[in-house]
Parts: sequence; C-alpha cells; structure tokens
Amino acid sequence: MLIPGLLLGVSALALGRRVDVYDALLEGGKRGLELVKTILPALVMLLTAVELLRASGALEALTRLLAPAAAWLGIPPETLPLVLVRPLSGSAALAVGADLMAAHGPDSLVGRTAAIMLGSTETTFYTISVYFAAAGVKRTRYAIPAALIADLTGFAAAALTARLL
Amino acid sequence: MAMSWIWVCMLALSLFCGLLNGSADLGAAAMEGAGKAVTLCVSLTGSLCLWSGFGAVLERSGLQAGLARILSPVLGRLYPTARRNPKTMSVLCGNVTANLLGLGSAATPLGVEAVRRMQALSGSTAATDEMCKLVVMNTASIQLLPTTVAALRGSLGSAAPFDILPAVWVTSLFSVGAGLLAAAFFQRFGGLGDGRSK
Repeated sequence: MLIPGLLLGVSALALGRRVDVYDALLEGGKRGLELVKTILPALVMLLTAVELLRASGALEALTRLLAPAAAWLGIPPETLPLVLVRPLSGSAALAVGADLMAAHGPDSLVGRTAAIMLGSTETTFYTISVYFAAAGVKRTRYAIPAALIADLTGFAAAALTARLL
Repeated sequence: MAMSWIWVCMLALSLFCGLLNGSADLGAAAMEGAGKAVTLCVSLTGSLCLWSGFGAVLERSGLQAGLARILSPVLGRLYPTARRNPKTMSVLCGNVTANLLGLGSAATPLGVEAVRRMQALSGSTAATDEMCKLVVMNTASIQLLPTTVAALRGSLGSAAPFDILPAVWVTSLFSVGAGLLAAAFFQRFGGLGDGRSK
C-alpha cells in the first residue's frame, strides 16, 4: 500500500497546486526511457563479460580467493565482485548485482545484500571526478579516503541489515 | 579509459580460467549474457519510466523545494561557510534533497554548481573541508526510495521489491555517518593541508 499511496499522495498534492500532473509524468517517463537507452549498451557489454566470468569458473575462483577479505568485512563472499566494481562503474555494478540476484534469487540473503549495497552506495570515483573537475579543483585532499571509508562501512552494514531487517 | 582496462581484464581472466578448467562453451555464454542484458532492460523500462515520471511531479509541484527549505537549517550546521552565502546554500540543499528523493539527473548539476560556488568563495584549487563533506554525502547516496534497485528486484521476480527500504535507510545512515566522521577526523589530524591556504 505504501507505493500506490505515495503515488496518489504526491499526485493529488501536485494537482492541488495546479500542476499538470499527467504532463509531468509523461515528461519524466520520457527521461526514464532516455536512461534505459543509455544504459542498455553498457549492460550488454558488461553482462556478456560477467556471464563469461561465471561460465569459465573465474568468478568462483575470484570469490574463493577473496573469501578471507569478505570474512573480515562480514559480507557474503559472493557479493565481493559487486564491492569491487561498485565505486568504479554504475552500470557494471548494476550488471553484477543483477547477475547475483538472478543466480541466488532476489529474496535470498545474497540477493538482498546485493540490492541493499546497490541502493545505499554510489559510483564514488565517478562522482568525485565529475564534481571536482567541473569546479576546477585539483587537490582533492581527503575526499577519496573519506568517501571510501563511507563505502566500506556501507558494504559491511548492508550485510548486517540484510540479515536483521 | 578505466572501463576499457576492466573490460580487457575481465575477458582475459575468463579465457584463462576457461582454458584451465577446460569447461563450458564460452561462446554460448557470451551470447547468453548479451541476450540477458536486453531482457533485463526491457523488464526494467516500465518501473524506470514510472519513477522518473514520479520524480518530475516531485520537482514541478515544488515539493522538492519545500523539503530543501526544511533541511536548510540542519545542513547549515554542517556547512557554516556555505551558509553565509544564500545562493550557495540553496543549490547545496537542492542537491541533497534531489539525492534524497532519488532525482539523480537533478542532483548532479546542483551538486556541481554548489562545488563551483564553494570554489569561487575559497579561491583555491584545493578542495575545502566543506567540499569534501559534500562529496562524501553524494558518494554515500542517501536515498529515501531506491527505485532502480527496487525495479531490478521486481523484474527478477522478488515477492516484495520494496521490502529492503528500512535496510537501505539504516545502511545509508551508517555509511554517511562514517564518511562524515572520517572527514572530521582528517580535517583535524589529517595533515593533508588546509584547503584555504595558498
């Protein structure tokens, strides 16, 4: 009920403020379609690569190799590939996350952890470079270490909340 | 360029492991992966369009601007220098609320504008403490409705795509909190130089 209620509440409120709600929905929807258009080619390339990694056994080997690091963070080892690509590329993270959810089931512990990780972190390096490059900032000082500490905390917390909440 | 390296490394690793294990038809796997991407995109399109439409309503109705005004006093405490400049503060609040509401396409230009104005105020090419804080708040992604992930879960057959909401909120709070604490620590003991010097 939360989602339809939210849709109705915001739409009714906007209509009360004399906003052409339906026109706004269509305009936004078009933006959504644009978004799909830009991520589709990236997802094709990346899911091809992920599928190759899985079929060749590389993903399994990588997971086994990195298991101690996962244990240290308290996260399921299967989600480590996601942790590795999350700060670097948004579409790669989406591809790896989708692969994890499809392989383990979206409602499994691994699937939920992957979803929470995706929902509560960002493409750190991309964001930092866009923000600072646009403003002509050259010395980023502690922005990167502080952002990475936030990411690591988020990954560990995702594993915890997937189990508890 | 980074993605080109990652792409080549992923393919090389697959080929290497495939040869070692002598297993599976990798050609079939490649085609399957490419096909899966299209299926995924098609099933995501519906909810992505719906939520982008919802985002446009939030923007046009002035609800986003309203939330920005409510958050302004709280954010002012975190950004004392920016607070003294009303225009900087308003784009900064706009950026944070756009992130909260999941309006990614609106958040980035506002955030860039905020950093630009902060840079103009400091007159230095080094990041100021407040810029670092703003970047941390953006990279730690505080989102009330993580709609893309929910759409992804829905398209893969989750029974309740939005049931991860509380977990996402708590996780985001942890990561933003840790990031801001780390920033405060570096600011005091980092020895990475004062952003305003030089």
